[in-house]
Amino acid sequence: MEAIFNYVTENEIFIYLLLFTIILGFEVISKVPTILHTPLMSGANAISGIVVLGAIILIRQTDPSNLTILIPASLALFVGSINVFGGFIVTDRMLGMFKKKKKK
Amino acid sequence: MFNLVFLLAALSLVWGLRLQSNPESAKRGNFLASMGMGFAILATLFFEIKDQSTFNNLIWIAVPIILSASIGTYIAKNVQMTSMPQMVSIFNGLGGLSAVLLSFIELYKASSTNFDMFFSYQITLIMSLFIGSVAFTGSMLAFAKLDGYRWSEKLSLPYQHIINIILLITIISLTYLYFVNSFAFDYILIVLVISLIYGIFFVAPIGGADMPVVISLLNSFTGITAALTGIIFSNNVMLLGGILVGAAGTILTVLMCEAMNRSLLNVLIGGFSASGKSSNKSEDGEIKEISDSDFAVQLFYSSSVIFVPGYGLAVAQAQKICKEIQETLEKNEVEVKYAIHPVAGRMPGHMNVLLAEADVDYSKLIELDEANEKFTSTDVTIVVGANDVVNPDAIDDSSSPLFGMPILKVWESKNVVVLKRSMNPGYAGVQNPLFFKDNSKMYFGDAKDSLQRLSSELKNL
Repeated sequence: MEAIFNYVTENEIFIYLLLFTIILGFEVISKVPTILHTPLMSGANAISGIVVLGAIILIRQTDPSNLTILIPASLALFVGSINVFGGFIVTDRMLGMFKKKKKK
Repeated sequence: MFNLVFLLAALSLVWGLRLQSNPESAKRGNFLASMGMGFAILATLFFEIKDQSTFNNLIWIAVPIILSASIGTYIAKNVQMTSMPQMVSIFNGLGGLSAVLLSFIELYKASSTNFDMFFSYQITLIMSLFIGSVAFTGSMLAFAKLDGYRWSEKLSLPYQHIINIILLITIISLTYLYFVNSFAFDYILIVLVISLIYGIFFVAPIGGADMPVVISLLNSFTGITAALTGIIFSNNVMLLGGILVGAAGTILTVLMCEAMNRSLLNVLIGGFSASGKSSNKSEDGEIKEISDSDFAVQLFYSSSVIFVPGYGLAVAQAQKICKEIQETLEKNEVEVKYAIHPVAGRMPGHMNVLLAEADVDYSKLIELDEANEKFTSTDVTIVVGANDVVNPDAIDDSSSPLFGMPILKVWESKNVVVLKRSMNPGYAGVQNPLFFKDNSKMYFGDAKDSLQRLSSELKNL
């Protein structure tokens, strides 16, 4: 119990950030109308590819001779960024279809 | 300096999603979000790492990014809109896999350095490993189900739910053993393997028609994993991005469950558990067929028409002909709308994208509540490839498995024409009394052929 209490005190700002981000996330997303749910999902999917930042940090921290880490980290970067690039581009393609046609 | 870039990236992500709440600004929103991602990646490439920034592993970063950029772009440019759920599943799985690899490496480092890491740090890693694995294999199986591979429907074992619970308990026990046995890495390996298997078993019992829920849920899992990975690398942008995705997935999961009037648990357990007490009253009413010319004439002289498209329309690739009919009718001053049920299609909002692809103006798409108000003043409602979402039993018959599901009350319009391949019941296996109502008529055939017939008949008038 005391360990949890200490953890909370030590990471106070972090926990605030966490809570507010969760509220912010729900606020922003719940405003998206039904017709845009598929693009929202693929766009959000692309954002979940943000894990590639972790891969980049990991690769930069690793000794160049340490292949046991470099190879899987590189693979993580590879699959993660397929998600990023593919996700954003396909969302853009979809949203292009929702463009208002100027016709009377 | 780089902290500023990270801040900018975080703002772009949030504001980008904010702009996606309106079809007019959504494209800009997506662009802004992708810029945010770009900023974040650039900043990560160049900011100073505290411990040791003397290494230069640029080749290990550049090669995967260049490769994946070309592969991702190729897939994104070429995928069919009907296959969008499959693509989202695969991409989602890849995001999960990426997080799994990262937490696995971090755990490997943690146990091999014999460095007594924080308990909370390692727990976060194991959670990320577990949720990421479920998102990865679960998404891959969801893809197989969506793409109609037969084997994917047969993976479910007897007593699947009990097996799943045992697997979960095993994972928790192994995690405990890992901590008491001075971080022996073998335990992590087993946890990884079981988590991957669990992902498959998690999705296996869920029926193909419940995919909108599954995709949303797995999406939120990937978001949560990304957020957990953000905690590990103490990177706030990752945390923020992950939580945004988690929120999006969670909200959509809840919405989809509501649209089917089922609890999440019920969906996860799989199928309509109430199938035993299917409606016992036999429907022996008469169905009436409508001929090509009658149908065309009726549409021609009405003032308002509503299409109710279901997944059957998309399967038959008949959206373009729908649009053609819409144009012919509009020339004749018939008001045409499309009523979209929230679970029409294979993922949330799927039907809207399919119609948008066929150039249907989104202002013509109306949602459930608005549509239900509009039916009474509608002359003809045309149901194309939808069944359960227009079943009056959901309101009238408390013994029906569909009872309580929000549906489109198409029978309140003056006339209903149902386009259907045959009299087979829908996914829920329930007969639809709509077909026997006085004001409803049937128009049999493949959706595309039927609409084609109707379209040419209309043009001849």
